[in-house]
Amino acid sequence: MTLLRHTTPEIKPRKALTINPAKTCQPIGAMYAALGIRGCLPHSHGSQGCCAYHRSALTRHYKEPVMAGTSSFTEGSSVFGGQANLLQALENIFAIYEPDVVAVHTTCLSETIGDDIPQIVAKARQEGKVPDGKHVIYANTPSYVGSHVTGFANMVKGMVRGFAQKTGKKNGRVNLIPGYVEPADMAEIKHLAEALGVKSILFPDTSGVLNGPLTGQYSMFPEAGVTVDELKASGDAIGTLGLGEWASAEAARYLDSEFKVPCKILDLPIGLKATDRFVDTLRQLAGKSVPESINFERGQLVDVISDWHQYFYHKKVALAGDPDQIISLVEFLVTLDMWPVHIVTGTPGKRFEARIRELTADIPHEVNVKVEGDMFLLHQWIKQTPVDLLICNSYGKYIARDENIPLIRHGFPILDRMGHVYFPTVGYKGALRLCEKILDALLDKQDLTCPEHQVELQM
Amino acid sequence: MRKIAIYGKGGIGKSTTTQNTVAGLASHLGKKVMVVGCDPKGDSTRLLLGGLSQRTVLDTLREEGEDVDLGDILKGGFSNTVCVESGGPEPGVGCAGRGIITSINLLEQLGAYDADKALDYVFYDVLGDVVCGGFAMPIREGKADEIYIVVSGEMMAMYAANNICKGIVKYADAGGVRLGGLICNSRQVDREQDLIQELARRLGTQMIHFLPRDNMVQRAEINRKTVIDYDGAQPMADEYRALASKIDGNEMFVIPKPLTIEDLEKLLIDFGIAN
Repeated sequence: MTLLRHTTPEIKPRKALTINPAKTCQPIGAMYAALGIRGCLPHSHGSQGCCAYHRSALTRHYKEPVMAGTSSFTEGSSVFGGQANLLQALENIFAIYEPDVVAVHTTCLSETIGDDIPQIVAKARQEGKVPDGKHVIYANTPSYVGSHVTGFANMVKGMVRGFAQKTGKKNGRVNLIPGYVEPADMAEIKHLAEALGVKSILFPDTSGVLNGPLTGQYSMFPEAGVTVDELKASGDAIGTLGLGEWASAEAARYLDSEFKVPCKILDLPIGLKATDRFVDTLRQLAGKSVPESINFERGQLVDVISDWHQYFYHKKVALAGDPDQIISLVEFLVTLDMWPVHIVTGTPGKRFEARIRELTADIPHEVNVKVEGDMFLLHQWIKQTPVDLLICNSYGKYIARDENIPLIRHGFPILDRMGHVYFPTVGYKGALRLCEKILDALLDKQDLTCPEHQVELQM
Repeated sequence: MRKIAIYGKGGIGKSTTTQNTVAGLASHLGKKVMVVGCDPKGDSTRLLLGGLSQRTVLDTLREEGEDVDLGDILKGGFSNTVCVESGGPEPGVGCAGRGIITSINLLEQLGAYDADKALDYVFYDVLGDVVCGGFAMPIREGKADEIYIVVSGEMMAMYAANNICKGIVKYADAGGVRLGGLICNSRQVDREQDLIQELARRLGTQMIHFLPRDNMVQRAEINRKTVIDYDGAQPMADEYRALASKIDGNEMFVIPKPLTIEDLEKLLIDFGIAN
């Protein structure tokens, strides 16, 4: 008996049906991004159910309480518009919870009835419902467009649109937009910048917010995240590095066009080559040289790749996830001499397939790619051409079990394991960890399933 | 109970025609009629009520919460008619379409259509064109079973009528709604009667009545009355009585066959409007 027993190897063309999507709602990304601002309460402008779902989706992944307000739409609000609700909400939120920032994102309902958030926020300000020194930023996040990645990108753009200022005097800092990555990844990106001696502004920054310690004291707004002053200073930075085209480019380009802060869009620094490019670009931008500590980390990674190469060699991999992650992961797998052969992402964007084709051009194997594909299609491909490894979020466990493939959990959401929040997969350290995870998965399976006479102690 | 929706281009005279016809049905034929205004402006029952004096369903809902009684939203008008305005948001905010859905559902919940109300007719007076699901509400799920389209010989009015027919086709299969005919509200376009008769024929329906242009309609309107109420001896009052009788006796209900834009334009050229 298998869990996904209705998945057939035969692929029939589907146009209007998605089965087991490889994406989720825009507001989830917007809410996650907003939590990376210090003292910020995300606010969902829509019905209560949206907010409850988005909070719980984040809590299930981070295992931390996630706070957010909602405009609590009723039948009446959907007819007359949600202005009255948002005005009341802002008044209540600032009076009761005292955040520094409220980050409003819309929902399908408020988008469809066409609520004008900047107009409502301006009115709230006029009516004195936003206390002096407090801030409201916003992002439009209809879920019927894009995915959680789009929502993240929209809210990050909302941050710079709402805060960035230009004094005319450069502050010598570099804006780092880390993309839709884990809190631990954001910390690792900061670590690399610090090691290079680069003064950076990282936003959003959820490290310490969604992976904080248990202290016995509950704080609604942890002492972590990018500050309002830092976000304001982003307009005076000497440059912006946007990591990941899908999650970070919008905001980076906005700073470029509105504040003349030159931007570069790089891949997420996952794997050897992408991290090299990140370190090199940052080094050039800030005019620093690469310190020995970073060379050391890199050297360890190169050593592991060469020591264990025979186990990576020509292993076939299937991946599902967000485009920025998948692009870098695919590049890294190719670096390891592995064959990423089945690839889907649920997030739209035509450039994705072109990038993947480019990265896998030298693989002597057919590569399946589908943008706005789903997990059902991935499973069908796996049934047609089996793989040695699946890299996917927790929803991949059903495919892994049915097809008896080792699974490495990566991406959003991970609902059934813990490490993702605490250990990075970006940077050289992260790549080292990915190597460990890949080898563990492949070799554990080999140890358990190979014929007795082939069990090796020494590998 | 016959449930009738009146559609047509904005400004064509839907509300005026509806109320005057309803006045005919009620006073001349002794029918019990309810008018449901589905226009956010809330001016569909003004002539029957002798002025804009009605609190809309949605205003009531907003002010009183969910706990609304039929008595709060129904108002008695000329010749024992019952009037409801669904109302809606101000222009530029919210969702007027959702407003129509909400208020019609509420009317059903509250039993406005129940047998004990002994209604012979319900008229839905719907805003302009079929623009979204909300404005199609009266023809969805079998709410209205007959539709009359108010039209004139002007190009855009005919264009709108044709578009509305497309909407009817969509709902005709599922909901059983049928087109009862076109009502020509004359704009004194050349050969208007022939033109609309031909349009009706092509759509597979009939021109149920031709309402000549008469300033009496406007005079009655300024006095917040239907023509029948204002001066029942006027020839125009007879026209509305005639339309009421024709609707009452109508037996031609069809699924329309909308024209292509090319055919519609050709029709106008054939009738010499291009010259």
